[in-house]
Amino acid sequence: MSKNFLLPVAALAASAILATTASGDGHADKALTAAIDARQAQMQLVSYNMGILGGMAKGETPFDSATATAAAENLASVAKLDRSILWLEGSIQGAVPGTRAKAEIWSDAAGFEKASVDLETAADGLVTAAGADVSALQTAMGVAGQTCSACHKAYRGPRN
Amino acid sequence: MRSFLSFCLVACLVGAALFWAITRPAELAARWADPVDADAAAGALVFAAAGCASCHTPPTAGTEGDAPVLSGGRAFETQFGTFYAPNISPDPVSGIGSWSFAEFARAVTLGVSPEGSHYYPAFPYTAYNKMEPGDVADLFAFMKRLPVTQEPSKQHAVAFPFSQRRALGVWKKLYMSDAYHVTSVPTPELERGRYLVEALAHCAECHTPRTALGGLDPIRWMEGAPDPAGKGRIPAITPQVLDWSTADLVAYFTSGLTPDYDSAGGDMAVVIENLAKLPEADRMAIAAYLGAL
Repeated sequence: MSKNFLLPVAALAASAILATTASGDGHADKALTAAIDARQAQMQLVSYNMGILGGMAKGETPFDSATATAAAENLASVAKLDRSILWLEGSIQGAVPGTRAKAEIWSDAAGFEKASVDLETAADGLVTAAGADVSALQTAMGVAGQTCSACHKAYRGPRN
Repeated sequence: MRSFLSFCLVACLVGAALFWAITRPAELAARWADPVDADAAAGALVFAAAGCASCHTPPTAGTEGDAPVLSGGRAFETQFGTFYAPNISPDPVSGIGSWSFAEFARAVTLGVSPEGSHYYPAFPYTAYNKMEPGDVADLFAFMKRLPVTQEPSKQHAVAFPFSQRRALGVWKKLYMSDAYHVTSVPTPELERGRYLVEALAHCAECHTPRTALGGLDPIRWMEGAPDPAGKGRIPAITPQVLDWSTADLVAYFTSGLTPDYDSAGGDMAVVIENLAKLPEADRMAIAAYLGAL
């Protein structure tokens, strides 16, 4: 409830900050670029921790429940970062260099929110699986991968 | 003068007759008997491997889970014009509900409609022509059980001369072969992988570049190509370029995750939704095929 209420407020605040700085001096672009950098750092944390789990799921490294749990919990924390200040309106592929974010993130905000919550759920599933065994981890990785793909399919543009 | 004119007339007639003969839509061979024991459950896997829903569901289609509604409507913009995937739901008027098995098999494996005209090769019959008759029968049985939609198919927006379907007979002579690209498959796994890649999943349709006339260029097999949708490039998947292990490939086909833990997006995400439905052994066979290229 409180999160649902805070989201639009934070988005409003962010757009207010943008509006006051968008006086043609490039500050708005800076804010957008900073948000894009932060998102990509978040994605890098996701892939780093997925890499540790994936190595175990593929059998490249031996399954170790403690390490897997640490990676999965990192992932679960990163997945829950507040989206309202990361996905600033206008930080879109084609408008600002260096991003592949599609317009649908904002035009289909409900769908994007659902895809983001799916990631949180998948990450929680990895935490549970990491406490169990390698076959649970393999199943949970499959689910997590499909979650990544579903969101990237709908909301990430082509590479160039 | 008069004899010259009659020579021209005869030459034209002979030319037209030759053109007509060369471009005649092919008939189905006798081996395509009506199936007696088609298996719809097995057909679901053929349907997934062949990626039918990826093109024949509308662009607004919901995500996986529900039975696909094959109303068509998805647009494919190419240098020859815009093609629209047709309705292939079991509706008897808008879809394929009134088709016999022979008509279905002729459409899928020869690219010829029940009315006897050529389909455009946006429909990958140049791959499906290698399908096993049993798989076509299972596929037909499965597709007959899918939801019906009366949504009419859209007309392709293709200008002259490409609007002349009869001329596709020449294109087929040039580019449609039922021979496999990879000729040596020493193990059953490689043979299965070749069948999945070259006949069903039609990977080369996007991953192999095309000639000026839109045929696949076999010299550059799977070496990557411009994205026909305009933006970006479809990557090369030969082992010389793509240094993924077999485990990497299988994991990618299962979860969509790359070895760097990025994930598939765009059209490949749709392909992976299909591949993820196949048995693990099939994903391994595809990986084996790619590794042997």
